[in-house]
Amino acid sequence: MSNFSFPESIKSRPTYARLEPRAGKSYLFVADAEGAEAIIDLASNDKSLMSKSHVIYIPKNTGKKYTLQLEKLNINQLYIGPSYSAAQSRLRHTLVSSHMGLQLYLSGTEGLIGQAQRDAMVAGIPHTAIQSEHRGSIGRRMQCVHCKGITEDVDIDPYVCSHCGLSLFVRDHYSRRLAAFQGVCIDAEEPGNIPTAVELYK
Amino acid sequence: MSGSEKINVKVSKIVLLNDLVTRFEFKRIDGELFPTFSGGAHTIVEMKDGGITRRNPYSLMSDPMDQHSYAISVRRDDEGRGGSLFMHNNVKVSDDMVLSYPVNLFSLDLRAKKHLMIAGGIGITPFMAQIKQLDRSHGNWELHYSARSPSLSAYADDLVSMHPNDVHMYYDSENKSIDLENLLDGQPLGTHLYICGPKGMIDWAVGQAVNLGWPNEVIHYEEFLAPKPGKPFQVMLSASNKLVSVGETESLLEAIEREGVDAPYLCRGGACGQCETVVIEAEGEFIHMDHWLEDKEKLSRKKIMPCVSRFDGKTLVLDR
Amino acid sequence: MTIQFNDETFRGAYTFKNSEWALKRFPFPFHEDSYMYSVNMEQHKGGPAGSIYEKRFDVDEHYLSEMRDRAEVLKEDPLRCQSLPNMTLAGWDLLELIMVSKSEDYPDMFELQRKGDKWRWINKPMGIDDSFTFLDEATLPFGPMEYITRQTQGDFVVLDQRDENLWMDAGMVTTQADWSLDFDIGMNFFEWHAPVPKAHEMGIFVRALKFLLNVQQGAPARRLNWTMTVNPLLDTSPENYHKWGTQKRTITANNIGEKQHLRVELQTFFRLPRSNALVFPIRCYLASFDDLMTVPKWGRRLHRVIRDLPEELATYKGFIDNRPMMLDYLSKFDDGKPTSNGIWPDRETEPLRD
Ligand code: FES
Repeated sequence: MSNFSFPESIKSRPTYARLEPRAGKSYLFVADAEGAEAIIDLASNDKSLMSKSHVIYIPKNTGKKYTLQLEKLNINQLYIGPSYSAAQSRLRHTLVSSHMGLQLYLSGTEGLIGQAQRDAMVAGIPHTAIQSEHRGSIGRRMQCVHCKGITEDVDIDPYVCSHCGLSLFVRDHYSRRLAAFQGVCIDAEEPGNIPTAVELYK
Repeated sequence: MSGSEKINVKVSKIVLLNDLVTRFEFKRIDGELFPTFSGGAHTIVEMKDGGITRRNPYSLMSDPMDQHSYAISVRRDDEGRGGSLFMHNNVKVSDDMVLSYPVNLFSLDLRAKKHLMIAGGIGITPFMAQIKQLDRSHGNWELHYSARSPSLSAYADDLVSMHPNDVHMYYDSENKSIDLENLLDGQPLGTHLYICGPKGMIDWAVGQAVNLGWPNEVIHYEEFLAPKPGKPFQVMLSASNKLVSVGETESLLEAIEREGVDAPYLCRGGACGQCETVVIEAEGEFIHMDHWLEDKEKLSRKKIMPCVSRFDGKTLVLDR
Repeated sequence: MTIQFNDETFRGAYTFKNSEWALKRFPFPFHEDSYMYSVNMEQHKGGPAGSIYEKRFDVDEHYLSEMRDRAEVLKEDPLRCQSLPNMTLAGWDLLELIMVSKSEDYPDMFELQRKGDKWRWINKPMGIDDSFTFLDEATLPFGPMEYITRQTQGDFVVLDQRDENLWMDAGMVTTQADWSLDFDIGMNFFEWHAPVPKAHEMGIFVRALKFLLNVQQGAPARRLNWTMTVNPLLDTSPENYHKWGTQKRTITANNIGEKQHLRVELQTFFRLPRSNALVFPIRCYLASFDDLMTVPKWGRRLHRVIRDLPEELATYKGFIDNRPMMLDYLSKFDDGKPTSNGIWPDRETEPLRD
């Protein structure tokens, strides 16, 4: 089981729940890595769902672990792609040509969930109407508040911004619009005083 | 002070639109400009009806850009407590009246990619202002308006002639009704749904949309509950130490105000939550009419919305 | 013109200063000898003549210098002013509100001429005379919100109201107490306040939201908030924290009175009529400890407030490390005498200290 239960935090930090079937006209899933498990679980609860679904799946570092299982689910339209950015134009196109009644399901890492949620919001789906379930890595998509650069899959605190090189502490403050948590310079007041990095949630 | 700011006005024009609906237009007495407002806003009209001061909410239906006059349309309700009858029978051109500043509990969500409007009968009024607002900003909208018959469909002719492609009429008399399931099916992502009309219509439209997987956040509706007349009853106001009798055709809130006790309100239609009042003691039946309190709050017998709800029983003590 | 505008800076050499007039009207934020969060809202309907509450949008001696500082911030980082697409109408609402208020409240400085939607706006202190078409963005050099807030002191946050919440969907934010508009834009009331300690558990935000959702047209509201800033630095942004952060460590026993500033925000709330949005102007007033201590009552009280403030709040407001030094300084101005209620300086009963 790849579920992680995040400790309670501030109100801007996203929370996740299990995916559950809901009334709708059509179904779109976007998942990465262990996020496939959430789809497989949902499909086993509601067999008819998959034949009306479009699944966009990015295996990331899980290789073929879940792709075979997904292929057996009788999914109406299954796309397996190498990265979120590779899949993005397909996702955006699917969203703008969709109709009201579309149900959107997101599962996997926070980075994937956040980015797909952002694209869906731009297309007109209220964020509260999107179901998302976290699975797999607890690595985060972080924005450096100073240079605005995004660093993906950050799992240590503090981390070094991959763009400007500042050491940043990892906040739970989260922006849906940027699909990122906030990183803030840790040694701004005393330059050079940087604590050793620790793994998140360890 | 309760409610919102007040404006002193004169009735400048009265237009009979059909057997049931009359339009009232107002000008400011002080000659100043009216405040602008957003489509969907209402105003509270104060009526001095004998000893009672009635305050009824009506949607503003004039052009929100027009600061020289305000207009409302009132449907006569022969069974009501008399507010609409008072407007129809007693109000004359050049009468002085008092309006509240506009308050909007039914505003457009300007993020919508398309605004889909469903109106039933007099529920057309807030859409009149919203359509003018959207036209100004080149908004994408569509109206589906159902009425009993062509002769009882206020503003239908104007709407259809100005917007032949966007306004769709449905008349009971012609056995035509809105085919909602088909209408909702195929709406582009980002469409918002707005419904204004009788309670049955709202429930039906909201239910259909939810069944088809429309999120609650994109479904907007407004239903003004006119306070219903009922059996007279007595209420004890504990903070102000007054025993008040509520008459058959006045609301609990009106009775409290009549006794000079200042009580908060905004919509006077059971929708905004402002008038929520704590019940200290009650022996009898609550007649909850609002759509503000949750069912379990209603069952708890600890709260009442005096703008629309009533009581039938021996004792009612309120913290007011 | 009645106001003498200062020529001063809020960065570099920090030539900012308050005249005696400005200090006299400084909004000292503590009405008693202690501080805890509260929903301290009141109607924003004028106030004593000459006070910062008197006008809808207060203009003071710092006006021109603050507007220069804003322009510099925006040149460096245009993301400090943003408006999501649904907020354009609210931007026009805000432009209208400010132009109408300022031209009525300060007719010697601002003038608004309207013929239908053809408008002419004259801002004498800034030397602006523009004609434009109301609701037509193409006729202004910036979007309506940016245009008018480049000419108005204070930060501006414009909130869309929907789903029983307020959404921060637009803003002009260059004098902020360490929060980022670029990051927070699009958040709801609870989300952008998420980092504030304690207040959520106290139910402060639930009550404040309930109040704000019901702010009506023609009935604006206001409250004061406060924090501490070293040097009169207006732009204490997270974006530049790695640049200004070290300044916090430059306080010494010798320079604290001059460098340490109490930063007070006059927050007001207006319903915007055409869009049903809410605008939340956050006007910042700065005063050095030395200046504040000239009012004996403020000296006593500030000492007691800072001394008794819970640790979490001092941390959140960013002065926990400097607190001991502040108390050393402030304690000299606290003779233990009782203070009167309210924020006013009691000048009649107790003269200023030199
Ligand atoms: S006044 Fe709005 S619910 Fe009673």
